[in-house]
Formats: sequence, C-alpha cells, structure tokens
Amino acid sequence: MKKLFFALLLAPLAVFASGDELRLDNANIDPHDAISIQRGARTFVNYCLNCHSANSMRYNRLTDLGLTEQQIKENLLFATEKVGDPMTISASRKDQKQWFGAEPPDLSVVARSRGTDWLYTYLRTFYRDEKRPSGWNNLAFPNVGMPHVLWQLQGIQVLKTESEEHEGHKSEHKKLVLEHPGSLSAIEYDKLTRDLVNYLSYMAEPEKTRRSQIGVVVLFFLLLLLVPVWLLKKEYWKNVH
Amino acid sequence: MNKLKALLGWIDDRFPLTANWKAHMSEYYAPKNFNFWYYFGSLALLILVMQIVTGILLTMHYKPDAAQAFASVEYIMRDVPWGWLIRYMHSTGASMFFIVIYLHMFRGLIYGSYRKPRELLWLFGMLIYLCLMAEAFFGYLLPWGQMSYWGAQVIVNLFGAIPFIGPDLSLWIRGDYVVSDATLNRFFAFHVIAVPLVLLGLVSAHLLALHETGSNNPDGIEIKKKKDPKTGIPLDGIAFHPYYIVKDLVGVVVFLMVFSAIVFFAPEMGGYFLEHNNFIPADPLKTPLHIAPVWYFTPFYSILRAVPPLFDSQFPGVMAMGLSTMIFFLLPWLDRGAVKSIRYRGSIYKSALALFVIAFLILGYLGTEPTNVWGQFGAWLGGAERATVVARIFTIIYFLFFLLMPWYTKIDKTKPEPERVTS
Repeated sequence: MKKLFFALLLAPLAVFASGDELRLDNANIDPHDAISIQRGARTFVNYCLNCHSANSMRYNRLTDLGLTEQQIKENLLFATEKVGDPMTISASRKDQKQWFGAEPPDLSVVARSRGTDWLYTYLRTFYRDEKRPSGWNNLAFPNVGMPHVLWQLQGIQVLKTESEEHEGHKSEHKKLVLEHPGSLSAIEYDKLTRDLVNYLSYMAEPEKTRRSQIGVVVLFFLLLLLVPVWLLKKEYWKNVH
Repeated sequence: MNKLKALLGWIDDRFPLTANWKAHMSEYYAPKNFNFWYYFGSLALLILVMQIVTGILLTMHYKPDAAQAFASVEYIMRDVPWGWLIRYMHSTGASMFFIVIYLHMFRGLIYGSYRKPRELLWLFGMLIYLCLMAEAFFGYLLPWGQMSYWGAQVIVNLFGAIPFIGPDLSLWIRGDYVVSDATLNRFFAFHVIAVPLVLLGLVSAHLLALHETGSNNPDGIEIKKKKDPKTGIPLDGIAFHPYYIVKDLVGVVVFLMVFSAIVFFAPEMGGYFLEHNNFIPADPLKTPLHIAPVWYFTPFYSILRAVPPLFDSQFPGVMAMGLSTMIFFLLPWLDRGAVKSIRYRGSIYKSALALFVIAFLILGYLGTEPTNVWGQFGAWLGGAERATVVARIFTIIYFLFFLLMPWYTKIDKTKPEPERVTS
C-alpha cells in the first residue's frame, strides 16, 4: 500500500518523461452546423460503431439534428431494431481485448475527456509502422491499439525523419508523408474528420447548444430583475446615514 | 385581517413565532456599515439550500453502484428532463460554495471577526468548513470517473501514513483493499445524509452564536457599546429585516448572474470545476499520469507534496496538510493586536496578511499542476524542481503567518479606533 501511495505521489513526474508534446491542430468545429453533425453521425455509425460503443447515446436523440425517426431508422440504424435504443455494440469486451490488446473505450463522452482538438489530430496522424501488431501507429496516441480504420479514405502515411542544416546547427524533425493516396483528397479527409469530431462533440453533450441559448434568456431575466431589486434597496436605505 | 391576527395569536400562544421573528429578523440589529465583504454569509446559506435541493433531485436518478454510477450520471445529463441543469447547478454549486466560503473567511481575517467575543462563532464556522471539505470529498467520488476514483484513493491512502494504526484505518474507511463498490456506497451515505445533517446543525449553531454576540463590522468596534438610552437599540445598528434582507437580495441577484454564466456557458470552467479526466469511467487498473484534486483542495495538496518524507514515511506531509487546515481554529488566541480591523492595523500585519494570501494562491495554483511544471534548477541547486522549492518556501510562509502572529500583532503600530462606525 505504501508503494502504491508513493507511486501516486510521484505519478506527476511521469508526465515529464513522456517528452515534448505534439502540437494539436485546431478542430475548428461549428456546433450549430447540424448538417456537419449529421455527416459526422453517418461516419460514426459506419466506421466507429462496430468496435466502439456509445452506450449513453440513443439513436432517436439524433432528431435534435433535424432528422426524423424514419430517416434515422433507414440510414443509421444497423446494430439494433428500436430507434429508442442506445448505441451499443454486439462484440464482447473479452473478445475485443484479445483482438486489440485493449478494450476499445466507449465514446459517449470522449470529446469531453480528450478534447476536440486532440480527436481531430488523432484521427489524422495515423501512420504505417510494421513494428506494431496492427501495422499502424499514431502521433497523438503513441503505440495505440487501434488500426487506422479510415485508411482507405485517407491513404497511407509514413513517418519520415528529415534532417535540416541551419547556420551550422543540425536539427532533426519528424514529418508525416502521404505515401499512397486514399479515395479522398487531403482537404476532403480533413473535412470528414472535422464532421466526425463535430458529431463526437455533439454526442458528448447533446444539450450544449440549447444550454447556452437558455443561458442568454436567464441572464437577461436576472439583469431585468436586478433593476427593481436595486431600487427596492435604495428606497429602504434612503434614511440610513 | 383580524382573523389573521387571531391566527398569529393562536400560534404565538403555542410557539414563539413572533418572538423569534423579532429576535432574529425585525429586531436583530446589525451594524449599518457592512460593505462588499458582508454578502458572502447570506450567499453561503443560499448555496447550501441550493445544494440540498439539487442534491435531492439528483439522488432520485443517481445509482450508487460501481457498475452503474458513471452511466447514471450521463443518464441524468441526457434522459432526465432538465437533468443536465440540476447536475451542473450541483457541480458548479460545489465550487462556488468554496469560493464564497473562502471570501467569507477572508472577511473574518481582515476585520478580526474571530476575536473576542466571537471565538465560538469562529470555531463553529471552522467546523462548518471542515464538514464542507468532507462533504466535497465524499461527493467527488460519486460520478465514478478516473479523477473521482484516484483522488479518493490518494486521500484515503493519506490516512495510511499515520504510524501504527494507519493501514488498518485506511482499510476501515474504504471498506475494501482498494476503492471499490463498498467505498462508493458508504461515501454516498456520508455525502447525502451523515455530513449534511451535521452541517445543518453547525450552521444553526453558527447563526445562533452570531445573533448572540451580534455582527462585527469593517471598523471592528462593538456597536453594542453605544446604545440609545431610551430604546436600548445600538445607535449604529439597523434592523436585519428589512434593511439587510433587501440589501442581500441585490447580492443574491448579482451572484446568480455569475452562477448562471458558469452553469450555462462554462460548466467545466476549463477543467477546474469538472476535470476532463473525470469523463473517463473509473478504472482500478489504470493510474492516471497526473492526479490533481479539485481546485479548492489544492493549497493543502501543495503543502502535502512540499514536505519531504522522513524515514521513508509520508507522515510529516500528511501532518502538515492536516495542520494547515486546523491551524485556523487557533486564530482567536494567536491574534494579540490592539485593534480588530485591518483599517486600524499597522503595516506589519498588512504585509503579513498580503504574504499569506499570495502564499495561499500560489500553493493553490501549484497544487493543480505536476511538480515539474516550472522545470528544474541548475546543478547549483542539485537540479531540484523549481515548483517544489517554491512550494516549500510558501509552505513555510503559510505557517509563519500563524506561528508568528502573537508576536507581530503585538509590536504592530496600530491606529486608534473610532468611537462610532464610519461608512
């Protein structure tokens, strides 16, 4: 127990050991763009929802985005029958651990733990690495267990080390190079991942946009309320010197 | 109207309704010169009520079960009508409670509100503060995220550092060898019933003690010394109702604006009110790289980390952390100043207080970061971590503020107090 306690106290040091951090790209999503979130939802159910679950998300919640239940049933409902069901998967956790070495995490609130910029960067920085069991590695998530599911769309990237000489100083930096293009151009692929991240962000907190709309009304009401309350105080305190 | 009066008479014959209303409201005389710092007492009461109401609503849908807790919170956030609002009010309320209480305590510090005859009032307040920390600690486990889990693990293990009884004690608190379902269930019981009961009792005692001695004020003088010879009402006193009721209402509305701005626009407060890692379900097999308590505990967490282990034991750090909260209890007897209020104190006390506030804030910031946040000193200091060295210096300053207080408050050159309150 003492050892565990010690390990916990020293745990912050481990952050340092992981070396300089990757600079994340700005996901630049628009949470008010329902069409973008719809496209992201399509990518999500087609590519992610086979291994990852989103147990807290119900299919019919997508009516938020302007879809009808009929549209959801016809286009997005593959794994279950009822539109009110949550986005579960049929693969067993145990099997998945055997296949990937780790259980693919539930993605319901992944945008809140990882952040959208991280997800956007992660989805775009897979590269070929023969040393990994899956054949893939990732810059944002080194030695990740997940293979590059979207590789047919993005193509195959490799990590190249470039050395540069600048005023006598030699510096090395690593760079991703697209070796085999996929079915999408780089711009199209960025757009696809941006839509997907937008969906993940929406799924992590479906009430988010409504929350800030209500907030404006609440603050406006309180501001109005402040006027009579302030006048009441002034009236009562008139005689206090 | 006559019927209403008759009803009131009927009640008053059986229950001291009018007498209590007069004693605590319409004929409770508070100094007329309260300033900004005097809003936080009533605001703390408001938050207490808000936490109880939102807490009751949350328990109707929350499941204190290691297998279901995390999902049940997300269920509240999505499927319970207005559940997200109730949950955010409760999580924001927790942090705001501490902000308000820290400002309330700071008010006590600057105006000497803990001094005679208000020692008991201060002690009840400190007990409330300790209860509040327990309440926040137990509550933080309930969402069953990674930070909930590992934060609880770290804090419970602190008790393990106590010599001889430590390991058994921490086992007894957890009810298991690691934080588990058993721990979650008992923390739930503590959070929703045991601690709130004690808290309500202490708040009543705090208010009764306040109304016995009467409020202090920014001048730190007793208004009861100058009374109207005919009525016996303090010359500088005004009735709590209606004067402070209507004044506190303004404070309430302004507070609710700040509160709503957070709840509706930034409930996570950049990861300070709701930590990002707490959106990952608790995993006993995966220790997060950086475990940080929520911001309101970080000054004390910093002190814990700053104190070096002795004979391979973390006990000195745990002791220092415990002392850093308990030492506030001694304030009424440490302060030997001739005056109460900072307005009439000399430059020594003012500098000491400023240093203390800086130490508290910097320790608080460092507690949210890993100890290597500022890198390391060069070889001339043995490559020590900068943040750790800074934390040690401010830990010493933190304690010196209290330990040297009997001395520096005595030699401090004070100004004469006024006879009557100033505005």
